[in-house]
Amino acid sequence: MDAQFILSLITAVFIGGVAGYLGSLMITKKMALAGGPLGHLALPGVALALIYHFNIFLGALLSISIGTIIIWLLRVRTKLSMEALTGVVFAAGVALGFLILPLSRAKEALIGDIMLIDKTDAILAVVLGSIVFLIIKKIYLNMILSGISEDLAQAEGIEVKKNDLIYLISIALIVALEVKIVGILFTVALLVIPAASSRNFSKNLLQYSRGALVLGIISAVLGVLIFKFTSLPAGPLIILAGAFIFLISLCFKSG
Amino acid sequence: MDNNSTILRVKNLNVQLNGDNIIKNLSFEVKEREIFTILGPNGAGKTTLFKALLGLVPYKGEVVWSRKFKIGYLPERLSRAKFKELPISVREFFKFKESSDEKISEMLSSVGLKDPKILEKNPGNLSSGQYQRFLISWSLIGSPQILFFDEPTAGIDIGGEETVYSLLQKFWKEKNLTILLVTHDLNVVYKYSTNVLCVNKKVVCFGPPRDILTPQNLEKLYGTEIKFYKHTH
Repeated sequence: MDAQFILSLITAVFIGGVAGYLGSLMITKKMALAGGPLGHLALPGVALALIYHFNIFLGALLSISIGTIIIWLLRVRTKLSMEALTGVVFAAGVALGFLILPLSRAKEALIGDIMLIDKTDAILAVVLGSIVFLIIKKIYLNMILSGISEDLAQAEGIEVKKNDLIYLISIALIVALEVKIVGILFTVALLVIPAASSRNFSKNLLQYSRGALVLGIISAVLGVLIFKFTSLPAGPLIILAGAFIFLISLCFKSG
Repeated sequence: MDNNSTILRVKNLNVQLNGDNIIKNLSFEVKEREIFTILGPNGAGKTTLFKALLGLVPYKGEVVWSRKFKIGYLPERLSRAKFKELPISVREFFKFKESSDEKISEMLSSVGLKDPKILEKNPGNLSSGQYQRFLISWSLIGSPQILFFDEPTAGIDIGGEETVYSLLQKFWKEKNLTILLVTHDLNVVYKYSTNVLCVNKKVVCFGPPRDILTPQNLEKLYGTEIKFYKHTH
């Protein structure tokens, strides 16, 4: 097996796993779809990275961060729903991105290209993926409780706003990492599909969150392996592998 | 009762939310071992008053606790539907407050939920009677000294509502508990509370229910809706 393939596989495994885990929280918060707009928000930064030859992750993170901070500030100030605010900010970002995206590199930006993953990307995926996993693990239960009742969470001494911010930053980081693998179009899928499948397999939070992590990893491995043998684009393959697992999970739906 | 010490003193409490005066110049005291009921029509500021006492909303005035108490709290609208949306077990919901499985089982048994299978069930799938027992046991785990109940049973059938308050009363008798209840149900007030604070943004009346829930006071509290309540006592 060549070094490029191993780098791609490691990167995909870490990002797929953490995205699945984070996605399981997003589904319970009814924010699963926010990962889509956030991914699209990466477009202006990705376009800049392609034009000026710097790391796509950095470009994506930069524009997602700016967008996320704007959304968070608006949420604190206006109490409008996160979804509405995300919708407004993301549309502006995508429009801006398409104005500057070099069309010859559009495919890489839109659906990702794992053959372009280098050592830096792999290290970023392993280090940042692990950090985000540990942080989310720490606030997971608190986020669930504040989802059930924000008053209850506050009365129990949970800092709801601080957790919301940590959670949003984590989503931004993972979405930015995802761009390299599945492109801006599919960031939401990697967050939602493993978690949705896991929901069908699980009866409690532990099974559900761990299940989403494992299914995210399995989707990534399957996608990358099929790519190896068919040379079809890996991004869509990872997503389709996830969707296939989701179909299987429907047979196990535990209600 | 009169010998008990004051544990909470509220003086000139004012709460404004989004520019509206929700609570105006409210003053009252809560003594240890009371079942202190806050009664009032919808929109009277009952829930907001609770949140101010718990420090969950900004307020002006004094809210003074005599010392640091361990508090159990059940907010309003904690419905079974909320739980059904999540893959969460009864055991996991208890883990927010208590890590020992043994203590969780013990607590559940004390409210009559003895079947160990309950631990693995989703709270949303419990029967309404089981669900109320579950909520009470959850609020009582960790031995709180003060319980805040914000109509946790609103929307659950009347037959079930009886369980909640009689069960609460049982724990109140057994343990050193002070209970603060929000309700708009006069039956509950008469049957269980030691003192009642009638509020409609400000204090309308205050005292033991038999003394102060006169037709005149109720009319002040509820306006013309009074006729509906007349037959209840």
